[in-house]
Amino acid sequence: MKARVFVTLKSGVLDPQGRAIHHALKGLGFDGVRDVRAGKLIELELAEGTDDGEIEQMCRKLLANTVIENFRVERLG
Amino acid sequence: MNSAVIVFPGSNCDRDLAVALNQVTGVKPHMVWHRESELPSGLDFIGIPGGFSYGDYLRSGAMAARSPVMRAVAEAAGRGVPVLGICNGFQVLTETGLLPGALMRNSGLSFVCRPVELSVENSQTLFTSRYRAGERITVPVAHHDGSYQADAETLQRLEGEGRVAFRYSGAVNGSANSIAGIVNDGGNVLGMMPHPERAVEEAHGNTDGRRLFEGLLETALA
Repeated sequence: MKARVFVTLKSGVLDPQGRAIHHALKGLGFDGVRDVRAGKLIELELAEGTDDGEIEQMCRKLLANTVIENFRVERLG
Repeated sequence: MNSAVIVFPGSNCDRDLAVALNQVTGVKPHMVWHRESELPSGLDFIGIPGGFSYGDYLRSGAMAARSPVMRAVAEAAGRGVPVLGICNGFQVLTETGLLPGALMRNSGLSFVCRPVELSVENSQTLFTSRYRAGERITVPVAHHDGSYQADAETLQRLEGEGRVAFRYSGAVNGSANSIAGIVNDGGNVLGMMPHPERAVEEAHGNTDGRRLFEGLLETALA
């Protein structure tokens, strides 16, 4: 089974990378972009039966730094 | 003074720190590989050096913070052993939770590598006793992820408790309150982005970092 973990910066946390991407999009003429926030997608290939609690522990212990980041888990199959 | 320097794959200031400690204290530090689960006994000081541990993968300091040796470091810090994290070492200390907050990408997105002016905000810590409060010193920085961020409540607590050890005099990386270094609530763990070990001897062109190690030595011998 697979799971996807989306790690995003908490709102209010400054995101210089998002700002740079925003700036570059503007430079390409995409004027309709209001804001850009960059994050990470981590794909996990897991043993059958891995429960939600265990995936959440993985996120809290390593995959996300909960001081500055939020995470969301999406299970695939 | 019995010191240890922790070495991770990708550390690159470990030997500079060892040379600085050897010069100031007259004793070579133990170099401790990250796979070790125990530290040498009777340590007076633990240094976590700069570099790019684990290639900065995932987040700067994230992997190193979960390595076996950091459990031993956290345990020693809990007993009051002085711990200094420099640059990547500061990132490792925030990732382990030994210091609050996080170090994020510099606000200007560029790697910043130059001497910067700092003010010594608190001269009463184990690490800053040889400086005068408010003194301006110059110490080199070399980092990409040095923007110190914490929530408003944490910042207020750090400021209120005098736990900001060093502050940048000018704009460097976008750190909240221009914070360059903080101590934990016990006062025995310091994390700082600037590199005091690169300002220890005349050949460095500047010796403003030397007194930090001299202060530690004084404490260890007291």
